[in-house]
Amino acid sequence: MQPTNVGNPDYFHRVVDCQWACPAHTNVPEYIRLIAQDRFTEAYLVNRASNVFPGILGRTCDRPCEPACRRTRVDGKPVAICRLKRVAADHRDEVKELLPAAPAEKNGRRVALIGAGPASLTVANDLMPLGYQVTVFEKMPKPGGLMRTNIPAFRLPAEVLDEEIGYIIDMGVDVRYDTPVSSLQQLLDSGEYDAVFVGSGAPKGKELDIPGRWDTDQIFIGIEWLESIHFGHVESVGEKVIIIGVGNTAMDCCRSAKRLGATDVKVVARKTRKYFKASPWELEDAEEEKVEIVENLEPVRFIVENGKLTGMEFKQFKSTEVGGKLQQEVVGTTVIPCDTVVLAIGQDNAFPYIERNIGLEFGKWDMPVVDRTTFMSTRPGVFFGGDAAWGPANIIWAVEHGHQAAISIHNYCMGVAVTERPASGVTLTSTKMGLHEWAYSNNYSAAQRQKMQHVELPVRFKSMTTEVELGFTAEQTAAEVERCLNCDVQTHFTDSLCIECDACIDICPTDCLTITRNGDEADLRGRLKAPADNLEQPLFVSGSLKQTGRVMVKDENVCLHCGLCAERCPTYAWDMRKSMVAIPQASPLLQIQVRA
Amino acid sequence: MTFIPKPKVFHPALPKNALGLTRRDYEGAITTLCAGCGHDSVTAAVVQAFWDLSIEPHKVAKLSGIGCSSKTPAYFLRDAHGFNGVHGRMPALATGANAANGDIAYIGISGDGDSLSIGLGQMSHAIRRNVNLLYLLENNGVYGLTKGQFSAAADKGSLSKKGEGNTMEPIDGVLLALTLGASFVARSFSGDKDQLVPLLKAGLTHRGFAFIDIISPCVTFNDHEGSTKSYAYTREKKVDIVYADFVPPTHAITADYASGAVRDVVMHDGSVVRLHKVAEDYDPTDRDAAYAYVRELQRRGEVATGLLYIAPTSQDMHEQNATVPMPLTTLPFEQLCPGNAELQKLQQRFR
Ligand SMILES: Cc1cc2nc3c(=O)[nH]c(=O)nc-3n(C[C@H](O)[C@H](O)[C@H](O)COP(=O)(O)OP(=O)(O)OC[C@H]3O[C@@H](n4cnc5c(N)ncnc54)[C@H](O)[C@@H]3O)c2cc1C
Ligand SMILES: Cc1ncc(C[n+]2csc(CCOP(=O)(O)OP(=O)(O)O)c2C)c(N)n1
Ligand code: SF4
Ligand code: SF4
Ligand code: SF4
Ligand SMILES: [Mg+2]
Repeated sequence: MQPTNVGNPDYFHRVVDCQWACPAHTNVPEYIRLIAQDRFTEAYLVNRASNVFPGILGRTCDRPCEPACRRTRVDGKPVAICRLKRVAADHRDEVKELLPAAPAEKNGRRVALIGAGPASLTVANDLMPLGYQVTVFEKMPKPGGLMRTNIPAFRLPAEVLDEEIGYIIDMGVDVRYDTPVSSLQQLLDSGEYDAVFVGSGAPKGKELDIPGRWDTDQIFIGIEWLESIHFGHVESVGEKVIIIGVGNTAMDCCRSAKRLGATDVKVVARKTRKYFKASPWELEDAEEEKVEIVENLEPVRFIVENGKLTGMEFKQFKSTEVGGKLQQEVVGTTVIPCDTVVLAIGQDNAFPYIERNIGLEFGKWDMPVVDRTTFMSTRPGVFFGGDAAWGPANIIWAVEHGHQAAISIHNYCMGVAVTERPASGVTLTSTKMGLHEWAYSNNYSAAQRQKMQHVELPVRFKSMTTEVELGFTAEQTAAEVERCLNCDVQTHFTDSLCIECDACIDICPTDCLTITRNGDEADLRGRLKAPADNLEQPLFVSGSLKQTGRVMVKDENVCLHCGLCAERCPTYAWDMRKSMVAIPQASPLLQIQVRA
Repeated sequence: MTFIPKPKVFHPALPKNALGLTRRDYEGAITTLCAGCGHDSVTAAVVQAFWDLSIEPHKVAKLSGIGCSSKTPAYFLRDAHGFNGVHGRMPALATGANAANGDIAYIGISGDGDSLSIGLGQMSHAIRRNVNLLYLLENNGVYGLTKGQFSAAADKGSLSKKGEGNTMEPIDGVLLALTLGASFVARSFSGDKDQLVPLLKAGLTHRGFAFIDIISPCVTFNDHEGSTKSYAYTREKKVDIVYADFVPPTHAITADYASGAVRDVVMHDGSVVRLHKVAEDYDPTDRDAAYAYVRELQRRGEVATGLLYIAPTSQDMHEQNATVPMPLTTLPFEQLCPGNAELQKLQQRFR
């Protein structure tokens, strides 16, 4: 293999599994270390620089970082990255003065954003400090999009939303509430805006058109139903409730039903648990609330007697797994009695306000054609992001789309090609402070993942707005932060210094290192001290070593970043260096550098 | 100095041996030697060899004298027995312990100072007795622990860190062992585990005194230019004469090598040490030839390594003395100490 180029910003970035997996590339280990030092405000700012909504996301994020976390491969459970984010948000001091402000003097460009969900809000967040005049059109009376109307308040309190959205809007964003855009053509033709961003989400819940569907008024569409609960239009529900579907929406529906007084709530799924869309922790939270999750059922018809819904009939499957694929065969039918059904089987996009003759091409499934890198549609100056771009995703993706679209919009307005993306960079700083002292906590903590404490069932069921999760205690936080392996403190190797004494190889607790003759990757992977069969994890390969011409190879897979290799190296060929990836954003003001 | 302990976390695919133990189960306390010391690499090779052979750690005794090298038994096999004696006296300890209980494995760790300076007589007699012991001489050419004075193994002309040359002739452990009749004589290098680990396994399996001189650089006092025991010098001058492959008894021997270049030696327990010779005419069972060959390479400034000599059959101390077949610890007291009447009878024989 060729010697690894650690100057390539992607190499060490990839080693920080969580940051690499985070769509917005939040610098996780950095904020975890800051929390460990009780520097909550700085921890919050590090988060906010990337993900804009730490308080919101610390409660609701889909957390792609956690399955990626190296700690999972070491002791089976990831660091509680997401809930530590909430710790930073809950314990921070006032940050208003520390956030980038919009300049008094504007740059003369105007941008219109459709919808006030997380995607649009991120665009506003990124463009306001650059002097843009940003107008948001929102059909609802309040900002936040699905975060406000669909994510129940028992998971995400309104105050948290208000505060974090306030930071953006208070920069002077002109938000026009209760103002749906009914014609994109009109908006464009008005000539008032240099660019338009479409962040109107994926607002339509899927239908289930089977017999009986239209014979009763006790069947609801999940996202509409949750919205009605939010606005107080729905205040009660039947006793026996069936939720069809087993994604995120279904989980919020079943738990909301419990709070509206339902006694028997079943979530019905066609497939088996392994194939559910909802995250494992959401399923756990629902089951803790005594929601029953039933697998292997496919709806056949609603049973309506004298205009009253009394049950649902299902086809019953037997499931087997053949060659890693689910195979289901029908083994009979079953009826489950119920008086209310909520359909939570997915969302569709709908753009009734976008004319199809304005040079904005629509493609498959009547979705707009949007460039994956620039987020621009086929009509120059019109950008998309969030759920509106490629269908329903989640908040953190909406945020990342917003960041990328903001870069494009800025380019577009400044006459730079939208395809010209600013480059990322990396800086490396040694953490060595003494013979065996490092500027980070390098010792391995064997602590197990901390379990979030919840409000007792009877208390939480009394109201729609009692937040269920209590947040980590100080002791839990102290234990959890030490579980982080500091994957951004990189093992940095200087081949010309190595005398091939093997000290690093002998000390490494997880057998990451090997000195061997070079070969191609597949060959090398087969010859390392420990099997290197996690192909998603890169190999580091040095240049030829002085004494024997062999190479130093490191399998990054389960490195604990304990620094022992560097402590045992007599020549400082290994050093522990903190890597900082610079992720480009529209405004350099947004890049927060925190002294660690 | 704040060392963190080596975390007790393993690679998820860390294999287990026949006893269900991982290599990490054969480790000891974290080393306190200088970072980069060759002795630490030898320790790692010892851990690997014991693990490979699935030897129960509590059926091993680790013995040593004084020196950095002699400290290393603390760093492997934490569950083994051990005795750290006075300078140069490890062979006496090993001989005594082995006399009392020949049923466990013995590993003696020594240095060039410990063995060839103060302990020269001790080592010589353990060789003569053919004590069943794996004897490692971790050779760095200096007294590491006392800050780098030349040892008896230092080559003439080798420079100290301050630049002074050694004026005395060296004592070569390998040549000495050969002349004293050692039944297993090898030389290796801490920086070459591919060579060292099979040698350690062969030595542990050999019944009798297995001597391995391991060049093990002192990174602090003897790894400079002008030293003949540095990493760089050793790598440059080391010649692999006989590469030993260790084949455990359960493995069928299948491969056939070009005759002459390969030679199999069957060990006491049925395992095989397969010797790959670089020089075809080299005979690792001919003591005189081995001596001459090593000497010849030395004259050319080269260092002969590998399994240099092995006596296919030899009688260890117990066999020579026809001792009871069981460890004295398990011998019933009446047999171990038959009483005054028996003693009188015995003495009668010498009157
Ligand atoms: C029940 C449910 C639970 C969820 N839970 C989570 C979770 O826990 N974690 C997570 O990460 N994600 C979750 N999601 C997904 C997440 O909420 C969305 O992916 C995210 O909000 C998308 O952001 P967005 O900005 O693209 O659009 P949205 O949040 O949908 O915002 C779009 C906004 O545009 C407005 N709008 C629409 N059309 C017009 C128009 N013509 N004119 C003006 N305004 C208009 C809407 O009123 C809305 O305010 C959940 C989704 C649902 C349905
Ligand atoms: C009886 C006695 N004499 C002298 C010493 C001082 N001393 C301690 S270690 C040592 C030499 C050790 O050299 P070596 O065996 O080569 O070990 P190394 O440290 O080089 O591994 C000496 C002379 C001692 N401890 N005891
Ligand atoms: S251990 Fe820490 S730095 Fe590493 S992936 Fe997990 S959270 Fe990120
Ligand atoms: S930091 Fe070094 S010693 Fe520690 S696990 Fe990683 S490679 Fe091994
Ligand atoms: S400890 Fe340092 S000098 Fe020794 S092999 Fe490792 S990198 Fe090379
Ligand atoms: Mg010495």
